[in-house]
Amino acid sequence: MSAATAASKAIEITPELVAEHGLSTDEYALILKIMGREPNITELGVFSAMWSEHCSYKSSKVWLKTLPTEGPQVICGPGENAGVVDIGEGLAAIFKIESHNHPSFIEPYQGAATGVGGILRDVFTMGARPVANMNALRFGSPDHPKTRHLVSGVVAGIGGYGNCIGVPTVGGETEFDPAYNGNILVNAMTVGIADADRIFYSAAGGPGNPVVYVGSKTGRDGIHGATMASAEFDQDSEEKRPTVQVGDPFTEKLVMEACLELMATDAIVAIQDMGAAGLTSSGVEMASKGSVGVELDLDLVPMREEGMTPYELMLSESQERMLIVLKPGREAEARAIFEKWELDFAVIGRVTDTGRLVLKFHGETVGDIEVAPLVDNAPEYDRPWEPTPKSPIIHIDDVAAPNDPMEALKQIVGCPNMASRRWIWEQYDHMVMADTNQRPGGDSAVVRIHGTDRALAITTDSTPRYCLADPEEGGKQAVAEAWRNLTAVGATPLAVTNNLNFGNPQKPRIMGQIAGAVSGMGTACRALNFPVVSGNVSLYNETSGEAILPTPVIGGLGLIEDLDRTVTVAIPREGLDLVLIGDTKGWLGASLYLREIAGRAEGAPPPVDLTAEKRNGDFVRGLIQAGRVAACHDLSDGGLGAAVAEMAMASGIGATLTDAPAGLALHGWLFGEDQARYLMAVENGADIIAEATAAGVPAMSVGQTGGDALTVAGTHTISIQELRRSHEEWLPAFMARP
Amino acid sequence: MKTAVIVFPGSNCDRDAAVALEAAFGTAPAMIWHRDNTLPNLDLILLPGGFSYGDYLRSGAIAARSPVLRAVKEQADRGVPVIGICNGFQVLTESGLLPGVLMRNAGLKYVCRDVDLVVESTASPFMRGYKAGQRITVPVAHHDGNYFADDATLDRLEGDGRVAFRYAAHDNPNGSARNIAGILNERGNVLGMMPHPERAIDPKHCGTDGKAMFTGLVEALAA
Repeated sequence: MSAATAASKAIEITPELVAEHGLSTDEYALILKIMGREPNITELGVFSAMWSEHCSYKSSKVWLKTLPTEGPQVICGPGENAGVVDIGEGLAAIFKIESHNHPSFIEPYQGAATGVGGILRDVFTMGARPVANMNALRFGSPDHPKTRHLVSGVVAGIGGYGNCIGVPTVGGETEFDPAYNGNILVNAMTVGIADADRIFYSAAGGPGNPVVYVGSKTGRDGIHGATMASAEFDQDSEEKRPTVQVGDPFTEKLVMEACLELMATDAIVAIQDMGAAGLTSSGVEMASKGSVGVELDLDLVPMREEGMTPYELMLSESQERMLIVLKPGREAEARAIFEKWELDFAVIGRVTDTGRLVLKFHGETVGDIEVAPLVDNAPEYDRPWEPTPKSPIIHIDDVAAPNDPMEALKQIVGCPNMASRRWIWEQYDHMVMADTNQRPGGDSAVVRIHGTDRALAITTDSTPRYCLADPEEGGKQAVAEAWRNLTAVGATPLAVTNNLNFGNPQKPRIMGQIAGAVSGMGTACRALNFPVVSGNVSLYNETSGEAILPTPVIGGLGLIEDLDRTVTVAIPREGLDLVLIGDTKGWLGASLYLREIAGRAEGAPPPVDLTAEKRNGDFVRGLIQAGRVAACHDLSDGGLGAAVAEMAMASGIGATLTDAPAGLALHGWLFGEDQARYLMAVENGADIIAEATAAGVPAMSVGQTGGDALTVAGTHTISIQELRRSHEEWLPAFMARP
Repeated sequence: MKTAVIVFPGSNCDRDAAVALEAAFGTAPAMIWHRDNTLPNLDLILLPGGFSYGDYLRSGAIAARSPVLRAVKEQADRGVPVIGICNGFQVLTESGLLPGVLMRNAGLKYVCRDVDLVVESTASPFMRGYKAGQRITVPVAHHDGNYFADDATLDRLEGDGRVAFRYAAHDNPNGSARNIAGILNERGNVLGMMPHPERAIDPKHCGTDGKAMFTGLVEALAA
C-alpha cells in the first residue's frame, strides 16, 4: 500500500465497492493479479472505467473483429478516434457515429447535446474540420407520457450544440416504437474533411515530451458516465442525473478552432479528446497506442471546483477537454494559441519510458498501473448466444387488401414513422458553412467539399423491425439501404461507420441478435465493398428487463465527383417516364403496410439479395453519373407507393402509376418492401429499360410524371395536397398536443 | 475597395460572409479579431452570424461591449457602411447602433428555413441591387430573431423608409413586429437583418437571391 495517499487509504476496497464499480469477482481477481496488490480507490476507478462495456467493447469485440475494415480507400480503420477514407485530390474524410443513449434518456437536452459535442471532438481531434452532423434517433411510443418531453429535449439539445458550434446538421432518421419507452437512442455522427497528409493520431511518443491539458476546467460532472452507460436501467434511473455531463458548445467552438490552428503547425506528437472516462481513457489510450508510459501530476489539472480528489479528477467527464503530447520545446507556441482563444492550457505531465500510468497528487503517488495489461488484458467475452428463431414468411394472399389503396397510402405517409421530420430539422441549422447541396428529407444529405464541385453524400439507416424478426437479414438490410441511399443521389459509396444498439448481452437471446446483426452487416459490407472504418457499441439498453429492438445503425459515406451529376427525389417536371429498377414480388412480411394498415407486426422481413443490390445499384449510379436521370428514390419503408408519393410531395408534380403486373395483388405492388429497388424519373424510359435488360438488371416502365395528383391503375387518385397534409401534419400536431 | 469581417469568439458565419464578399468584391475581406482596438480605413464592415461569446447574457450583448465595437462605431459615425447579419443584427441593436431588440422567437424554437422577403426601402447602398416591392427568398437560422420596438419607434422606422426588408405576409418565422426582417439607421449606412443573404449567393446551395446585396454594394461603393 505504499502507493496510496492518506485519502485513498481511508477507503477500503470491499466486495460491495468492487460491485458498485461494475466489476465482476473474476474481473477483480484479474486486477489483483495485474497489480500484484490491492488497488486503491483511484486505481479501482481507472480499471472500472477502462473495463466498462462502453470503453472495452468486452462483449462485442469478438463479433466486431469479423467485420471487413479494409479497402483501397481506407486510410485508417477502427481503433482511432474516427475512421479515415481517401476522397481524392489530397483530401480525406474523417467520420464516426457514437451513441449517447443512456444520458439522453436521463437528461435529454444535455445528453443529446454532449453526444454531439463528443462526436465532433472525435473528428477534429484527428485534424479534420467538421463539415456535417447527422443523427439517428429512436423514441418510445407516441402514446407514452415521456415521449414528447424526450423528443423535444433531444432535438433542442442536438440543435443547441450543433447550431452554436456552426456545423450544419444535415440529416438523420427518427422512429417511434414502444420498445424504446424506457431506453431512447441518440446516435450522433460527424463527418469532417482534412488534408490526407495531415491526419493526427493518438499514439503518445518521445519520453520526456510534455503532456498538455487544454480546454475547459475539470469539474465533478459525468463521473462514472461510462459505467452508467454499461448497465441496465431500473425504476431509479432518474437518480443518475448527476452522471450526465453538461455541454458548452461555445467552449467547444473555441477548442476546435484552437486545435485546428495548432494542427497547422508541426508541434503535435499526439492528440486525444477526453470523452467517456475522461482523463483516464485519454491518458491510458495515448500511452497504450504509443507503447510508452505517462506520468501525470493531478495538482496541475485546471479545476472548476475545490477539493477534488484524484479519483474524481481521473473519472470526471467534464466536456470540451483535450490531451496533447507536444514536441519538446513547443509549449510556448502552443500556449499562445490557446491563450488567444481564452482557453486553459496546462502542462500536466510527461511521457515516460516505463510503460506505466503514474498519477501524482500533493507530492505522493496515488496511482501506478502498468498500461499494457490494463488495456491488453481487458476482459473479452464470447458470451453464449441463441440464434433468433425464424419468423414465418407471410404470403400476400394472407394479407387483407385495403378498402381504398389511396387512403392506405395517405395513412402510411402520415404514420408516426413516415411523417415528415420537418419539425425536427428546421430546428437544426442545416445550411451554415454554405455547402449544403441537398437538405434533410432526401435519400442522402449532400455536402459540397468547400471550394470545389465535388461533394460528400451522407446517410444514416436502420430498420429495427426487420432486425427483430431476423437479425441477420436486418443487419444486411441496414447496410444495403445505406448503400442504396448513397447510390440514389449518384454517389459512389465509400465506407461506413456503425452504431450497434442492443439490450443486455448477458442474455443469450440478446447476444444472438448481436451475433446475427453483425454477421449480416459483415456479409453485406463485403459484398458491396463498403468497409467499416469506425463505430460504437451501446449495450444494456434495457429497463426492468425490457430490451429495445435490435438497432444496428449504419452511417454511410459516399463521394460525388461532379455536383452537376447528382439528383434529388423531387420530380422536376411533367412528362418524364417512371422506371422501376429491381424485382417486385410484393413482400409484405414485417412491412409498414402490415403494421399500419393490417395491424399486424409480424413475419419474416424481405430477403436481401446482395448480388442484385450491387448489380442494380451500379446500374442506377452509372445512369445518374452520366446525367441521364432527372430524379431518383430508393424504395424502402412503404414500398413503391411511399416512394412515388415522396417524389411527388417533394416538388408538387404528380404522377400516374400503372396497375400491378399480372399475378400481383395491388397492395403487394404498392406497399411490398422488396429490396434492391429504385424508382427513377427519366427522359427516355424505353432506352433505359432496354439497356437495363441487356445488363441483366430488372427494369420496367411504371408510369409518367405530371398533374397535381397521384393516380394508380387509372382509377385510384389522391391529390398531392392531401398527401402533403397527411405527411406534414402529424409531427407538429403531436408535439403541440396539450 | 477594402472590406472587413469582424470575428468574435463564437462567430460561425464569418467564413460564409468572407466567401460572399470575396465573390462580389474580387478581394478577400480582412478578418478582424475581436481584440483589435483599431481598424484600418474600411469601405464596408460586416458583423457575421453565430453565437458571439456564446450568446451568454443575451444574444449579442457581450459582443456589443467588446473593444472592436467601439472602433466599428467610430467608422459607422464617419459614414462607413456596416451590415450586421443574424447575430450581427443582434450586436447592432445591443450596441445601440440600431433601435429595438431581438427577442426569443415567438415559437420559442430555433428556426432554420427559407423565408420569402419583400424589399421595402432601396434608399441605401445595401439595397442598390434590389427593386422596391421585389420578393426574394433567403434563409433564416436563429433562435432570437423576434424584432420588437415600441410603436413610436416602429412608426418612425416606417415613416422614414428605414425598414429594409419585411417577411412576406404569412411567412414571418419569428413573430417580428410588423413583419420586420431588416432595418437601417437614420443615416442609412447601418443595416441589420436576421435573414442570411450570404447563404444565398450560389445555385448549388440556397439559391442566388442574396447575391444582389453584395454586387449592389460593389456598385454603390464605386459610385
